[in-house]
Amino acid sequence: MSDSAVGLATGSGTTKPNKKKYLETFLGGVYNTNPVTVQVLGICIFLAVTIRVQNAIVMGLALIVVLTGTNLFVSLLRAYIPRRIRMIVEVAIIATFVIILDQLLRAYYWEMSKQLGPYVALIITNCIVMGRAEAFAMQNPPLISMVDGAANGIGYLWILVAVSLVRELIGSGTILGYTILSTSWYERNILFLLAPGAFITGGLLIWVINAINLSTNKEDAK
Amino acid sequence: MNPTPVLTIFVASIFTNNILLASFLGLCSFIVVSNRIETAIGLGVAVTFVMVFTTAINYGVYYYILVPFHLDFLSYIVFIAVIAAFVQFLEMFIERFSPTLYYALGIFLPLITVNCAILGAVLFMVIRKYNFIQTVGFGFGSGLGWALAILLMAGLRKKMGYSNIPEALKGPGIILIVTGVIAMTFIGFTGILNLQ
Repeated sequence: MSDSAVGLATGSGTTKPNKKKYLETFLGGVYNTNPVTVQVLGICIFLAVTIRVQNAIVMGLALIVVLTGTNLFVSLLRAYIPRRIRMIVEVAIIATFVIILDQLLRAYYWEMSKQLGPYVALIITNCIVMGRAEAFAMQNPPLISMVDGAANGIGYLWILVAVSLVRELIGSGTILGYTILSTSWYERNILFLLAPGAFITGGLLIWVINAINLSTNKEDAK
Repeated sequence: MNPTPVLTIFVASIFTNNILLASFLGLCSFIVVSNRIETAIGLGVAVTFVMVFTTAINYGVYYYILVPFHLDFLSYIVFIAVIAAFVQFLEMFIERFSPTLYYALGIFLPLITVNCAILGAVLFMVIRKYNFIQTVGFGFGSGLGWALAILLMAGLRKKMGYSNIPEALKGPGIILIVTGVIAMTFIGFTGILNLQ
């Protein structure tokens, strides 16, 4: 897995990307080199917002916007950014997008903004955004960098939604606020709304995905 | 203003409201660096030190520069710049005055800039409306809490090296699950005091 990630990041920086490379980049972000399960990046936010499906969707969409925008701008500027200060430039670009996003959330979606609290701002230090800018956008043309950003965002979104489905269903018996397990016969397991539930659900998810990847790798080897 | 006594904030931020175990911050370096006890201690000390000073400096910057000039929408970018600049100065300072300390802590300092626990502590300080003394207590407690968590994990990982863990669960999977169990024990402290 990690070999293909390195190959995608560093390979063929000068050649014009073809259709196949776009597809590879897209699938890589969404599943093969998924930021959360394979690279284990950005799990701080990932564990904090999965308490409800709605929060997870908003955070996932926010990350798609920030990742795509950052990758586009870093890629456009990649020839002009001096190598020594590239980290600062990347952080400045990321922070700009996060501030815009935070202001929009505050203006149009105050309730959600209050619930997500500091975690919107913490996208700045989310290693995924920085990692993609550094590993992909610094070496690749703008369009494919945008694809890479969007794909990693989508890869993050579906993992967020998967974990939040489990946590909201077991923790409060609802999905997106609609009651699925009625409290008349279902005893809510509050543990899944608290921090330990988040850690354990996250750990189990990584276990399941690794097990699937290992078994498919063995089949390939045969 | 937040009426909670400083001592309560200090103890709560170590145990019940631990920045790693209850707010999930600083997990990336927690997973990567917790494999040896010595490095865990080094990073823990560095995080505590940087956290106390960056929360204190950012308190001044936020309430005496950003708020009076209505620039608080810029706070995120200013906070991260202050943190990065502070870490850079600290690195140069330590290198100049104590080369031994530099060799012990130097490699951890760049890691701290991107540690979300530091930025997270600054943001909590603003959201919970702490005054200056409370801010220092909170920064110190959170740093110690983070150091305690990573130290516990490093000790456990040493033991886990001898355990028979399923192939697919090795690495981050088992670390997250064990962290969940540690978090569960820390929630037991909630009966003593709780911070809102």
